[in-house]
Amino acid sequence: MPKDSGIGASSKRREDVRFLTGRGRYTADIQLHGQTYAAFARSPHAHARIVSIDTKAAEAMDGVLAVFTGADFAAVGGNPAGWLIQSRNGETMKEPKRPVLAHGKVRHVGDAYAAVIAETVEIARSAVEALDVVFEELPAIVDMAAAVADKTNRVHDEIADNVCFDWGWIEDNRAAVDAAFKSAPHVTSLKLINNRLVPNAMEPRASIGVYDPGTEDYKLYTTSQNPHLTRLLVAAFVMGIPEHKLNVIAPDVGGGFGSKIYHYGEEALVLAASRRIGRPVKWVADRSESFLTDAHGRDHVTTIELASDKQGNFLALRTETLANVGAYLSNFATVTPTFLHGTLMAGPYKTPLVYVNVKTVFTNTAPVDAYRGAGRPEATYSIERVVDKMCRELNLDPVEVRRKNFIQLDQFPYTTPVALVYDTGNYQATLDKLIDIGDFAGFEARRAKSAKAGKLRGLGLSTWIEACGIAPSALVGALGARVGLYDAATVRVNPTGNISVMVGAHSHGQGHETVFAQIVSSKLGIPEANIDIVHGDTSKIPFGMGSYGSRSLAVCGSAMDRALDKVIAKGKKIAAHMLEAAEGDIIFADGKFSVTGTDKAKTFGEIAFSAYVPHNYPLETLEPGLEETAFYDPANFTYPAGAYACEVEVDPDTGRVEIASFTCADDFGNVMNPMIVEGQVHGGVAQGIGQALLEGCTYDANGQLTSGSYMDYTMPRADDLPMYTVDHSCITPCTHNPLGVKGCGEAGAIGSPPAVVNAVIDALHRAGKNVTHIDMPLTPSRVWSAMNA
Amino acid sequence: MYNFDFVKPSNIPDAAKAMAADGAQALSGGQTLLPTMKQRLASPSVLVSLTGIPEMQGVCMADDGVSVGAATIHSKVAQEAAKLYPALAALAGGIGDPAVRNRGTLGGSLANNDPSACYPAAVLGSGATVHTNKRKIAADAYFKGLFSTALEDGEFITSVTFPVPQKAAYVKFDQPASRFALTAVFVAKYANGVRVAVTGASENGVFRWAEAEAALSANFSAAAIANLSASSKGMISDLHGTPAYRANLVKVLTGRAVSAAQ
Repeated sequence: MPKDSGIGASSKRREDVRFLTGRGRYTADIQLHGQTYAAFARSPHAHARIVSIDTKAAEAMDGVLAVFTGADFAAVGGNPAGWLIQSRNGETMKEPKRPVLAHGKVRHVGDAYAAVIAETVEIARSAVEALDVVFEELPAIVDMAAAVADKTNRVHDEIADNVCFDWGWIEDNRAAVDAAFKSAPHVTSLKLINNRLVPNAMEPRASIGVYDPGTEDYKLYTTSQNPHLTRLLVAAFVMGIPEHKLNVIAPDVGGGFGSKIYHYGEEALVLAASRRIGRPVKWVADRSESFLTDAHGRDHVTTIELASDKQGNFLALRTETLANVGAYLSNFATVTPTFLHGTLMAGPYKTPLVYVNVKTVFTNTAPVDAYRGAGRPEATYSIERVVDKMCRELNLDPVEVRRKNFIQLDQFPYTTPVALVYDTGNYQATLDKLIDIGDFAGFEARRAKSAKAGKLRGLGLSTWIEACGIAPSALVGALGARVGLYDAATVRVNPTGNISVMVGAHSHGQGHETVFAQIVSSKLGIPEANIDIVHGDTSKIPFGMGSYGSRSLAVCGSAMDRALDKVIAKGKKIAAHMLEAAEGDIIFADGKFSVTGTDKAKTFGEIAFSAYVPHNYPLETLEPGLEETAFYDPANFTYPAGAYACEVEVDPDTGRVEIASFTCADDFGNVMNPMIVEGQVHGGVAQGIGQALLEGCTYDANGQLTSGSYMDYTMPRADDLPMYTVDHSCITPCTHNPLGVKGCGEAGAIGSPPAVVNAVIDALHRAGKNVTHIDMPLTPSRVWSAMNA
Repeated sequence: MYNFDFVKPSNIPDAAKAMAADGAQALSGGQTLLPTMKQRLASPSVLVSLTGIPEMQGVCMADDGVSVGAATIHSKVAQEAAKLYPALAALAGGIGDPAVRNRGTLGGSLANNDPSACYPAAVLGSGATVHTNKRKIAADAYFKGLFSTALEDGEFITSVTFPVPQKAAYVKFDQPASRFALTAVFVAKYANGVRVAVTGASENGVFRWAEAEAALSANFSAAAIANLSASSKGMISDLHGTPAYRANLVKVLTGRAVSAAQ
């Protein structure tokens, strides 16, 4: 019998009622008294010097309240990089200033160089058009290899080769890896592109800045995945506002996928503007601005080599990657291609030697940063593609090759050659499950049926691992992080026994309001309906680090679990007092505090009420109130893993790829809400299929975004996707967090792209086409061209 | 969007008068025009809505074929032409998505003449006649290249008459993002020969594939074009397909349209 509430139940998402009935309250829905509007002047050029900006005509327009240019922010700070990476030669990475508004130079199409505040959006936009700006165009730096080779054209004048850093992981292993390649019986090489993606959250970014001249307090409503980090960055790094005078509120947020982790200049601008004019200032991006300025994802060019024996035992792996960071460093841009990518290059395999080299490159394109999976999809794609290519070269079964190279059950905890310690996992189990539920045995029959219909069928496999539950502060600190990555929760029991839980995680579609309540319900034995989860407002919640990296449950959920332990401990103290028993004799179960071995008990509600009506408390030893906070800093990453299979049908006449089936067998550790977990996998796989077949963000040689709207950027739609078969019954609980959870938010996007591409290559190979690789997205034109090359 | 004046005449003479004004722009569905105006890339001073004129609405059988009012929305053509001209109805029912089909019109599509639009293939493939407020224009004389037509200033389409073929089919290969035609082919078999019109492929917009027409007029089967190949010269090159790919699609889709024609 499935449970109907609490941990393990597929409780319906309570937040969906307001989302689906139009009652969500997003930043754009918030209307404040005296509100004004900001519009941004954005560069039409990829790279140009700003010779002059004449603002007079704009300022003279009726309804215009203020005009800002880069000069207004020249004296304040820049938006910093969140991690400092060391290059192989020991030098610290280059960190050019990222100003609120471009000053002196614009560095990508869409780079904001001025802003107008006006009574209406239309007036603000017209005033932007009235700005008289003179640009001196410079050659656009778009291609990464050319950017590195070019010593004269520079995105940032002070960085000669456009390289932010040149990172080796682990540099000390390099010689041993190179030696292993020299003596290896077989080497498989593959050059591949991990295509650039536009995040495309359903809700565009939006911000409202509010300055109160009476209290000198600032308030920022904004589309953020982590309001406390935004507050810290805006207050301490950019604007110099005392942190306690800035309240950041991220209300309902319509998706982020990483793009709303970061602080953007528009947030600082609306605050500065509100301070200048004394009225609220609102900005809502239109879709074109989202395409041009949201931090993009992926964009790696990688050469990967796998050394093996002739039987397919992996001996060593080595990669060289150019990773695009765009024109400026977004907050997590430097960690995504390094510690979220290079450290995953062992995959689920016991490859003894691994070396990863990553150069990050500045170009005249939008900043690139973490996007669902963040570095781990890039790692998984490279590994799973080269493994598949090796199997073909050596004529080996891709299932068996993976099996024999897996880290075996008795090897956990397993220290990889790229410095992670996998606490637990069972990769054989998920692969076995996949082969079963994906009906591998029936593939030949399905292939024959497809052939009869004139279609080429292929089967692709991907066995993946990720590191999430981000992250142990001590570890990331040692690796260059400028922040800690703990999280926090406050459990406030109200006098009537219902509960508000204030959490540092932020829900922008994930369903925290439902799942966190399920956990509280199970732990305290009270109905889910009596529990509210509060998030997104720095004036209400403890200092948390927001949601990304599949961390909310593993880190913030663990903090909440600890806080609940404290509530129970306090409840026992109160019960001991009320029941005149020793604290050690109180047990808590099924929502009751009872004296062991007796029928004396108090319900949770009675304890809660007593805590706030402490008429006879021994105040020296028992404080009134029932509210507890815990901060939780994880001991390790968590390591979800799984096995994915994709079957495709390729139309040989047109090259069109149809996903015939997609099967997932995942190990997410303990599962709190199976329905939500499945939904997360469905969404992640949809994004992975999008990357593999449909989505490609492209700039032309002049740095113009050629995929800047839905007319050319292909988002996956329902009819592009199959019905999924999803399983999460193989469970190795995380060993170091109290819930035993690992995280599921990014899995689908990490594991799926190589399964799709491997399936297409398999289909072509079975049809006698000698195609070893096609770069994503595998559009019909690309597949057809490869078949007919 | 910039400010503009809006008029919605209820008959053709009033519409013609309104269209004669300086800066007047016909509006008939607005599926391309309105997004362009929202992006401030177009700024007509007067929008003349053509959707309030009864004689420009609906589908009926006329002496020389199926007559479709220029302001008829796609979903209505899909419904009302289903029995009269099934291939035309199917084409209309496959344009864009439901929102587009309930706003976009035949006249709007033809006046815009997007090189990847569906309707131009039906009009050219059927040898239809375009009726305007001033004259009749044969399909072969109407399409003048990329976003360019025989329409003069102040002239607007009132209806289109489609001669009904013995057999016809439209096969579209979607551009995956926009769901316009990456390439699409309309094949129609008449007593006096076969017409093959291709959209989405050429930089000059919709065109007739003469060699295929000749081959199919002699033998209306997919096999008849097996030895032909469409030239990739002048084909569109973009994110979604190379000229060679589009040329391949022209042939593949022509064959499929012939097989599907009924």
